[in-house]
Amino acid sequence: MSRRQPGQTAAGAPATGGLLLTREEARALADRVLAMSSADETRVTVSSGRSGNTRFADGNISTSGSSEDTLVTVVATIGRRQASASTNVLDDSSLRRTVETAQRLARLSPEDPELMPELGPQTYDEVPAFVARTADLDPEARALAVGRAVEAAAAGGREAGAIFTAGFLNAGAQAVAVATSNGLFAYHRTTAASFTMTARTPDGTGSGWAGTGARDWSAVDSAALGRIAAQKAAASRNPGAIEPGRYTAVLEPAAVSDLVPLLAGALDARSADEGRSPFSKPGGGTRIGERVVDPRVTLYSDPADPALLGQPFDGEGLPIRRTVWIEDGVLRNLFYTRFWAQKQGTEPTGFPRLGGLALAGGTRSLDELIAGCERGILVTHFFYIRSLDPRTVLNTGLTRDGTFLIEDGRVTRSLKNFRWNESPLLMLDRLEDIGRSEPTAPGLLMPPLRISGFDFSSLSDAV
Amino acid sequence: MSPTRRDFLKTTAAAAAAVAAYPGLVTDPAAQTLAAPEADAAALALAQEALDAARSAGASYADVRIGRYRSQQIATRERQIAGVGDSESYGLGVRTLVDGRWGFAATSRMDRSAVQRAALEAIAMSKAAQAVGSRRVELAPVEPATGAWITPVRIDPLEVPIEDKVALLFAANEAALKVKGVQFVNSSLALLREVKTLLTSEGTSVTQTMIRVGPSFSATAVGTGDFQSYSEELAPRGEGWEYITSLDMPGNAERWASLAVEKLTAKSVEAGDYDLILDPTNLWLTIHESIGHATELDRAIGEEANYAGTSFLAPPERMLGQFRYGPDFMSIQADRTQPGSLARVAWDDEGVPADRWLIVDNGVFIDYQTTREQVARIQALTGVTRSHGCSFAESWDAVQFQRMPNISLLPGEEDLSLDDIVADTTRGIVIRNRGSWSIDHQRYNFQFSGQQFQEVRNGRIVGPLRDVAYQANTPEFWSSMDLIGGASSYWLGGTFSDGKGEPSQASSVSHGCVPARFRSVRILNTGRTA
Repeated sequence: MSRRQPGQTAAGAPATGGLLLTREEARALADRVLAMSSADETRVTVSSGRSGNTRFADGNISTSGSSEDTLVTVVATIGRRQASASTNVLDDSSLRRTVETAQRLARLSPEDPELMPELGPQTYDEVPAFVARTADLDPEARALAVGRAVEAAAAGGREAGAIFTAGFLNAGAQAVAVATSNGLFAYHRTTAASFTMTARTPDGTGSGWAGTGARDWSAVDSAALGRIAAQKAAASRNPGAIEPGRYTAVLEPAAVSDLVPLLAGALDARSADEGRSPFSKPGGGTRIGERVVDPRVTLYSDPADPALLGQPFDGEGLPIRRTVWIEDGVLRNLFYTRFWAQKQGTEPTGFPRLGGLALAGGTRSLDELIAGCERGILVTHFFYIRSLDPRTVLNTGLTRDGTFLIEDGRVTRSLKNFRWNESPLLMLDRLEDIGRSEPTAPGLLMPPLRISGFDFSSLSDAV
Repeated sequence: MSPTRRDFLKTTAAAAAAVAAYPGLVTDPAAQTLAAPEADAAALALAQEALDAARSAGASYADVRIGRYRSQQIATRERQIAGVGDSESYGLGVRTLVDGRWGFAATSRMDRSAVQRAALEAIAMSKAAQAVGSRRVELAPVEPATGAWITPVRIDPLEVPIEDKVALLFAANEAALKVKGVQFVNSSLALLREVKTLLTSEGTSVTQTMIRVGPSFSATAVGTGDFQSYSEELAPRGEGWEYITSLDMPGNAERWASLAVEKLTAKSVEAGDYDLILDPTNLWLTIHESIGHATELDRAIGEEANYAGTSFLAPPERMLGQFRYGPDFMSIQADRTQPGSLARVAWDDEGVPADRWLIVDNGVFIDYQTTREQVARIQALTGVTRSHGCSFAESWDAVQFQRMPNISLLPGEEDLSLDDIVADTTRGIVIRNRGSWSIDHQRYNFQFSGQQFQEVRNGRIVGPLRDVAYQANTPEFWSSMDLIGGASSYWLGGTFSDGKGEPSQASSVSHGCVPARFRSVRILNTGRTA
């Protein structure tokens, strides 16, 4: 189980010195490596980053950490043979050894009939995804933010007694550059900050969660999140059981953010053409042009969208621009690699998540979605989601940290958690209402949704 | 009632004897041709520099880890390469304790000024942490250790020519593509070598070389408007290249691929309650999720509450020696010494010697997994005054914390096989290999699937099934176990990618077990739904 966010790196901390490479430094390093290569074609990726984090549990900072790293990856092509090697040791002899390793592995590898030539110079959208105050967040500032959240939780959950708090603050910066021997050079730098927090009541029957992420640390209000988590914990005490089954579900944006991005993998054009995707047309071809979900659903990627600020190129240096995957319920595009696009006579796209992913929302608030629900279940977020059937994007998982019964448009009591078996694709065809979209993580924009017939399949005793 | 320290030692010794008797656990238990490398002198000097900087700046305790990680991945599909890669990562991480608070900083810049800066950054974190809460970390004592260790292997997998590796995978793919209906095949190898040096301010200086190999194979058959995949459970191991060749992937691939085709026409399972017979290739993961994670002490005391979750085995004072996990014949052993296993080491990332101990003894939960700072939390309950050596970090750039040792179900006294269990079953389902898996954040409600499902009627396997998942509650599930296999049916599964912690870290862990039967378990049909 791993949830490393896009844009987050396992690297670097501000106070240990600026390892984040500038455009010029990244180009100089890439050129140095390209000059070492005697392969027919070479691609070099330079990724440098630094990040710092603070973790807390039981009202104490438990561990903190920071790291800085620069990774150089060399992809060598000889004839139709290709291989890669990477290192974070940047002296000449190590870089040369890495280039030689890539070339040696390439020579030894069998020919790849699907190999595409490296790209030449491209033009990219300028995406302002770097915020200095996020990159420079130091241990003292992180500890202060944690302290504010813990205090706000203690106040917000006072009715339930001494609230237990645990959470995580992470902030970092990353610069990625791609260069090819055919003259391509791409550079992008980004920051990401996230704060998540869990509050538990001392009687062990209530748990609440709140969290968010942004490119700009100033958009993260740790005290507000601490208060929400604690209020949810207090409200979720002594949950009752109702019979598992299909109920109307009101999903908070964090819950939608756990499910809808699972569609990204299913949007692969090749799988659809090969007959092993929910977007395969029976008898051959894809379902592009068909209505696949409710007409109110529009799903898109757009790195330049100020609410997304995604990466404007992929690992091969291919420009990523706005792509609408589903428009008004109709499948408009699938994800094409360069090879598959050429084979099918179309244009390649970037992988959906790289350019950010947004589900266009409506105008109503979460409260309005609840008010419009006669009887249903309000879900804070989900946990441990695993694929059951790729043919329908059917997944299983659990609700967590605040699951409530809605009756006559009001939240009336807390419920035990459920295991559910549901498909984000089929679910979007059972849409009752869609609320305002909001950022749920860097590069993700998701609305609250009301879905009919959500399959809550069994009860869980977990709090 | 809590077990006494004396009982504890007695049972551990008995279990150790049992483990030593398992046949077929590793390819060649005697294999050991490579010498354990010592620490590089220049690296050692930098580690000492960081340690000195931390001590001078006020650390009451500090440790420094230098890691050099080499890995190679080869992935193929059908008759072509999907990717060949080789990577190297080298750096240093320093952990400090000031007034009982942790700090950690890491850098890949291996020069004096960079490692000194990292030490000061860690100290700054230790000091900043004083602002929130008042709990102070106390470390259980450990004798300083010095030495070097290497995973016993005959052939270092990174030294095998790439041609041999690709040829092996292609031969397997070719054999699979011979099967009518099979259109897609994926196979891969992940090969790792980690060299890790640990220095502590208490005088420990150890260097370990860990070698691990992870093969994979899956085939997809496409029918009319349908497709089905089958993945063979090729356990990753802490072994050398000789383990990969012993699997005979080319010789077995045709049989594996035919199981994907079989699923196209297999009967879709009728949902309901069945007796479940789990092959070790499936049960290892159920042990991992419902026992391995539930018995992590950091989860029980809430330190993972915001991410992986807590545990139903809490609080410790109400669980240790009191909670009945399963029947009398159920014993679960934690072990960081087990040959061939992924979590095998000589010392953990705090310099604690590898340990072996019982988690569940005759059905009763008796101990957790611990690191040095956790010992004091349960010492009065268990009588155990040392760390069980469960500290681990995935890389030089990550802080070490409590991670799972190998956790295994010990074999039954009677040497039964899976076939013997089938013969004793009136109406049931046999499940092999890992399918989809999911479990809640306190480790109660789980739902697991598999790769191959067979219907059992009146003591015989009568045919294949599909769309099967089992859903249960951990205590009820283990209490329903009524029959297990013996030592001859023991098998060691495992994973490279157990995730925990924030930022999330991966660790490698193995789980050994025998086939087992569980009475009247809820079976779901996970087939196509509208």
